[in-house]
Amino acid sequence: MPPTETRIKEPEITTELIRSHGLTDEEYARILKVLGRVPSFTELGIFSVMWSEHCSYKNSILEIKKLPRSGGRLLVGAGEENAGLVDIGDGLAVAFKIESHNHPSAVEPVQGAATGVGGIHRDIFTMGARPLASLNSLRFGSLENKRTQFLLEGVVKGISMYGNSFGVPTVAGEVYFDPCYQGNPLVNAMSVGVVETGKTASATAKGIGNPVLIVGSATGRDGIHGATFASEEISEASEAKRPSVQVGDPFTEKLLLEATLEAIESGFVVGIQDMGAAGISCSTSEMSAKGEVGMKIDLDLVPARETGMTAYELMLSESQERMLIVAEKGQEKQVQAIFEKWDLHAVVIGEVTDTGRVEIYRHGEKKADIPSFELVLGGGAPVYERERIKPAYLDQVQTADLSAYKIKDLKKEILQLLSSPNIASKKWIYDQYDSMVRTNSITGAGKTDSALIRIKGTRKALAMKTDCNGRYVYLNPRKGGQIAVAEAARNVVCSGAEPLAITNCLNFGNPYKPEIYWQFAEALGGMGDACRIFDTPVTGGNVSFYNESPDSSVFPTPTIGMLGLIQDVEKTPPIPSAPTKEDVTIYLTGKTGDSIGGSEYLSWIHGKTLGDAPEVNLHGELRLHQLILNGNKAGLIDSCHDLSDGGFCVAAIEFFLFRQNNKTGISFNLPESGTLEGALFNEDQGRVLIGVKAGYEPQFEELAKQHTIPLQKIGKTTLSGTLYLDKVGMLDEQEIAGIFENTIEGYYNR
Amino acid sequence: MSQLHIGVVQFPGSNCDHDAVHAWQTAGQKVSLIWHKNSDLEGADVIFLPGGFSYGDYLRCGAIAKYSPVMKEVVRFANQGGLVIGVCNGFQILLEAGLLPGVMLPNQSLKFICRQVNLKVVTRQSSFTSAYQEGQVIRVPVAHGEGNYFADEDTLKSLQDHHQILFQYCESDGSVTDSANINGSMLNIAGIMSKSGNVLGMMPHPERAVESVLGSQDGLGVFQSVLNSFAEKAD
Repeated sequence: MPPTETRIKEPEITTELIRSHGLTDEEYARILKVLGRVPSFTELGIFSVMWSEHCSYKNSILEIKKLPRSGGRLLVGAGEENAGLVDIGDGLAVAFKIESHNHPSAVEPVQGAATGVGGIHRDIFTMGARPLASLNSLRFGSLENKRTQFLLEGVVKGISMYGNSFGVPTVAGEVYFDPCYQGNPLVNAMSVGVVETGKTASATAKGIGNPVLIVGSATGRDGIHGATFASEEISEASEAKRPSVQVGDPFTEKLLLEATLEAIESGFVVGIQDMGAAGISCSTSEMSAKGEVGMKIDLDLVPARETGMTAYELMLSESQERMLIVAEKGQEKQVQAIFEKWDLHAVVIGEVTDTGRVEIYRHGEKKADIPSFELVLGGGAPVYERERIKPAYLDQVQTADLSAYKIKDLKKEILQLLSSPNIASKKWIYDQYDSMVRTNSITGAGKTDSALIRIKGTRKALAMKTDCNGRYVYLNPRKGGQIAVAEAARNVVCSGAEPLAITNCLNFGNPYKPEIYWQFAEALGGMGDACRIFDTPVTGGNVSFYNESPDSSVFPTPTIGMLGLIQDVEKTPPIPSAPTKEDVTIYLTGKTGDSIGGSEYLSWIHGKTLGDAPEVNLHGELRLHQLILNGNKAGLIDSCHDLSDGGFCVAAIEFFLFRQNNKTGISFNLPESGTLEGALFNEDQGRVLIGVKAGYEPQFEELAKQHTIPLQKIGKTTLSGTLYLDKVGMLDEQEIAGIFENTIEGYYNR
Repeated sequence: MSQLHIGVVQFPGSNCDHDAVHAWQTAGQKVSLIWHKNSDLEGADVIFLPGGFSYGDYLRCGAIAKYSPVMKEVVRFANQGGLVIGVCNGFQILLEAGLLPGVMLPNQSLKFICRQVNLKVVTRQSSFTSAYQEGQVIRVPVAHGEGNYFADEDTLKSLQDHHQILFQYCESDGSVTDSANINGSMLNIAGIMSKSGNVLGMMPHPERAVESVLGSQDGLGVFQSVLNSFAEKAD
């Protein structure tokens, strides 16, 4: 007797059904034209996920293509494979990528975040690279809010649960809180892996008659329509979409990692792609389209977690920890033996054909028959030029008069600023992440501005950092985009590494709103400006639109994941974020403005998101990179710390708190600025505290002159063990450290 | 002294296995990985159970691992006096397998904890701590969600009477305090050995503290102590 679902007729295609699949009339007309007939229910489902923004980039690709996407060190450019690939010399390459899991995390934070981590690692190891490190970038509403506390705790638990078990260290990240993220938190996860050049795998189906295998977990009903869910705004109805959230199993992912790398190494794998968004639909159509072939798939052979699953459900399931493999014909047994060793399924579910069509069977019946090319980005998937209008708010915020926002009680306001969750230490969060597993995390030099991961067997170390100040992008999308890249690069340089390339996660609102699209295009333009000047091409990433909820629309937040390299740690050692000893002369680079526009001070102390974004000079940033890297090579530099949120004031306090020996004290002057507010809290870019070793000051000053970097001698380390700031006085270490370290945990103990 | 052969047991969810191999190699020893489905310890002189999530550990940590083929051999090896070291998940497995007394509870904070901690070396009278000074404070990282050691009073008394407590969480000056007790363990216990002295279980990761680039080399003492104990036997 046939199973139940064959007796249930697939629903008829109605206007309502088309609409509920997120397809426009225009898109449906296109489907009719492609197929030359009315689609089946299963086909409608496949089109809807493949043509969702998440898979097709239909509303973003035209702007993304304007970013610099090639460069000397790029072996695989953006969009060519699951992740970009960067040459780091000596036969090694780095695969890295960042991706969003915002919508799932808003509904089910633990699993939403966990599967975000799992998904991005799969993108890396499906290329044959072993993930070495994981990073993240998180945005939440006000931490006062109980819902925010719940989401933060859940997201951190999800990242911790998945990453710790999977056995890849979570080494860096950033967390921001602002009411604009209240209804729509952002959860971006990044993975960095290393592979021997020439040993990478490709997500291409080739060889007519070659077997197609599904490997890893069984397929269940979880995550159906996850991709479509991610492509609409969050609303009250989103709660009902909880079943669209996948469930993560890091243990299986660990097995899948080892088995996949072993299988790729074996040489029996022709092509491989992980199953993320849109599951079997996406992997079969993209691999076929790329290899200009077809695939015939029998869904009856797919190991299912539940009985009675329909073709529609099997095609759209986003069950985690699965891969699609095309193997050499006759060698599928060897591939299966590798997966069996790790107690994983590896089942032949079809073969590569010469039809160019994805043909899907269930119970002997053909359920879908679509030209693969028509489904994918770069093929028949729609591409839209969206309308854009400069938002009216921009002129208002940029020209706002900020003269009323003055310092009233300096010391009190400094302590208050330290208690901003955006400034305070994120220790409560990162202590929950295993940051050391695999013993590659370089911590011996103390804290560094970006995370450093050594590559065993070489003298190389990778530097990595995520960055984006969404407030700047909101106030001035172009400058904000430039700053996001500039700050990430500066952090990498401050730890002694040369910036190589970026991946990005573009978190924006609804692209059908012209004002949102203007922000999007401008921010990307700004990123492109910076990437071109720094020669750090974009290797790929992810677009997340529709980050809106009934209450708020998020700041435009193009998160940058920057990769850097120290070629030889013995010649150019990592630079710590804080002084290592006494008698270090501290310089401040760059120019400090008068304005507190866009600053954390204005936001936290005065409750205003106003002004223009801080000043940035991209050519100056590049010269600053060269000054620091050359200064380090010459052995002049003791320590280096970037100025960012909270301006000089916060950087100076951190420079003191992070010092390696608590007998070290620091005495600071203030930066030259027209206002006291500016001196302490201005957030203009291109500014770094550089500690120069005693006796090397003349050499360093000469070097700075050569690179035309303005310097101000701003402080000196002493043996006093205390922190002194001109015009502020002594700051009590116990008091500032207490606030800095306990703020975030404090919200949970109230 | 001739090289020792260290067998690092590899469960499917072990993730500190390669770190252990690297650390033992750093200490100059020969290492092989022993697959969990094997029931042959390949003639290893010392067995090392690494950290990780043996079989996913969605149930109690290490509860399934004790039924694996390799663990039957490890128990036999230990009962014959062979040196066995379990770190983190390895410690949890040794408790589940009954090679060490007591159980692990979730950390008191109910959260995973990863950071460098101070450990007091309680005694150097063991095969695992002879390279340290009595009372020495060492810096070694922890990374666990279930490291809250629990045992009944009789067991604790017996551990003390037989000098089986090797490592305790402590302050930087060596004082054993509640505030230094990161996970709520009874008596601040971070590591214990069996009454017979040949089985060590510890939550902190000495294999993560063997090179200055990693922030500490204090973990090397555990490896050196094991080598010392074989050198003494050879004498």
